[in-house]
Amino acid sequence: MTQQQTAGPPATGSADLAEEFLDRQTPLSRVRNVLHRYPALSPAIVLLIAVVVFGLLNDRFLRVENLSLITQQVSVVGTLAIAQTLIILTAGIDLSVGAVMILASMVVAQISVGSGMPAPLALLIGLVVGLGAGALNGFLVTRFRLPPFIVTLGTLNIFIALTLLYSGGSTVRGSSMPDLLTWMGSTFPVGQVRISTGVVMMLLLYVAMAFILGKTAWGRHVYAVGDDKEAARLAGIPVNRVLMSVYLAAGAILAVGAWIQIGRTNAASPNGGVDLNLDSITAVVIGGTSLFGGRGSVWGSLLGALIVGVFRNGLSLAGLDVLYQTLAVGVLIIVAVSIDQWIRKVKS
Amino acid sequence: MTAADLESTGTKVRQPIMQARNLVKTFGKVVGLDGVSLDLYPGEVLAIIGDNGAGKSTLIKCLTGAEIPDSGELTVSGQSVHFKRPQDARAHGIETVYQNLAVSPALDVASNLFLGREERLPGPLGTIFRMLDTKGMRRKAKEELTRLGISTLQDVTVPVENLSGGQRQAVAVARAAAFGSKVVVLDEPTAALGVRESNQVLQLVRDLRDRGLPVILISHNMPHVFDVADRIHIQRLGKCAATITPESHTMTDAVAIMTGAATA
Repeated sequence: MTQQQTAGPPATGSADLAEEFLDRQTPLSRVRNVLHRYPALSPAIVLLIAVVVFGLLNDRFLRVENLSLITQQVSVVGTLAIAQTLIILTAGIDLSVGAVMILASMVVAQISVGSGMPAPLALLIGLVVGLGAGALNGFLVTRFRLPPFIVTLGTLNIFIALTLLYSGGSTVRGSSMPDLLTWMGSTFPVGQVRISTGVVMMLLLYVAMAFILGKTAWGRHVYAVGDDKEAARLAGIPVNRVLMSVYLAAGAILAVGAWIQIGRTNAASPNGGVDLNLDSITAVVIGGTSLFGGRGSVWGSLLGALIVGVFRNGLSLAGLDVLYQTLAVGVLIIVAVSIDQWIRKVKS
Repeated sequence: MTAADLESTGTKVRQPIMQARNLVKTFGKVVGLDGVSLDLYPGEVLAIIGDNGAGKSTLIKCLTGAEIPDSGELTVSGQSVHFKRPQDARAHGIETVYQNLAVSPALDVASNLFLGREERLPGPLGTIFRMLDTKGMRRKAKEELTRLGISTLQDVTVPVENLSGGQRQAVAVARAAAFGSKVVVLDEPTAALGVRESNQVLQLVRDLRDRGLPVILISHNMPHVFDVADRIHIQRLGKCAATITPESHTMTDAVAIMTGAATA
């Protein structure tokens, strides 16, 4: 690491520094420091409380079939949330994730059913569509230095229009597709529970992304770029290359999301998915990832997606109107962002 | 005396580690540097002072690859170099601590020390899975901080934003010291710090010099400059007005040269 190993450590100046480290924390700021260090902790607590409360309100809630249903319901949003987390970690935002996913799913379904392309090849082309969309977003963000919000607001509309133009507005049914395309919707038994392939795929993506973000240099650079772009540049990190790779990775994940979506809905429809753009942001924000970048984790986003799923499911089991579910999600978002702001104030 | 000192002084004439000759840098019609020369010798603290707009920052940027000079020569250890990016200067063992610190607040101390040059695990874990050697980097970060006398900053897993200004500065200086094999450049390291924190940073500067690592220090603070510098390069109107030492001149003299009221 260094060249001057021969020189001994200087002994001066240490006494002064020691004083700096005297603990001056109040219990509240200690809680804040812990939350600050483990961003997935607060959503984990919220999820736990929500599960307990809804379980007490309705004994059907905690049945394995219901819990399995919740996981299937969040599998698509949960997957999109991985892509969204990556982009939000770089202090960006992607309003087009749902539109990209729907575009990819339509392309896969159409070329498979309409043009008779073999299913693996069709999925591969779906991946290319996702990467292409990511490349467009990344190119506009890095080369033209446009804010990601504006770029993806534009591409959101472009992708929605492309989807409708390409599909002619018609839905492709799952029954007409090769088995591989709807495979993500199939379930297999684990004990008494039935787990869907899509949920397993989503979890695999989470494990992979958590590893990449936590254990590789690239992951660390993603955090550094989102935390302080200029500091990252001065530290020798190729900021634009990192940003571009983030948008490409997000695009690839969205293509997998398209596969899961086809399985989950047993169809490829050009009209679904508009809510998913904002739902993925909701999951990420509730999961404790900061919209200001550089802080958060993918596990938090999974918890965020589950929290939304649990609230919707639990409230509907409790017999409350759908509007109350939406209301609850709205409150959750504001509470989550407030907590994030509070945590960010950590200073010694 | 350190090994580096012996090697470079010994019986031979002292060779400058870094040498700039007639650097010129213009920004449109504005002349930033008007033929500036500078020598940096092993084991010395060279301070660069000057009024606002005298060309201190431009000079530093040209030395560290953040700006490309229009003309002039730059040599490092006798070898002619042409820096186009900060990374080029870094590859030659020149590390810079920028005024805005360039640390990533949410990352911990160890991650910041190794930011941009992370080390991977040996074997397939590192080559195939690209896993970082987090433990190894934390250990080395601790060693480096201890060696710099910042031994109380032992918890290298603390996010940098939880540190005080002086500690953050110490992290930035430690990073430069850890990787700077030839020169460490500090741009206004004490500007944002209190009295005691400033003293800590100045002590770090002396420690670096005592280890044989030459330091270029840009500062507005005359007492600090006269405290640690061996030689003082005074910039005025894009030129080097004089190179003095704390022994040969007083602070008043230096200010007079800086403002043009006197010549060396």
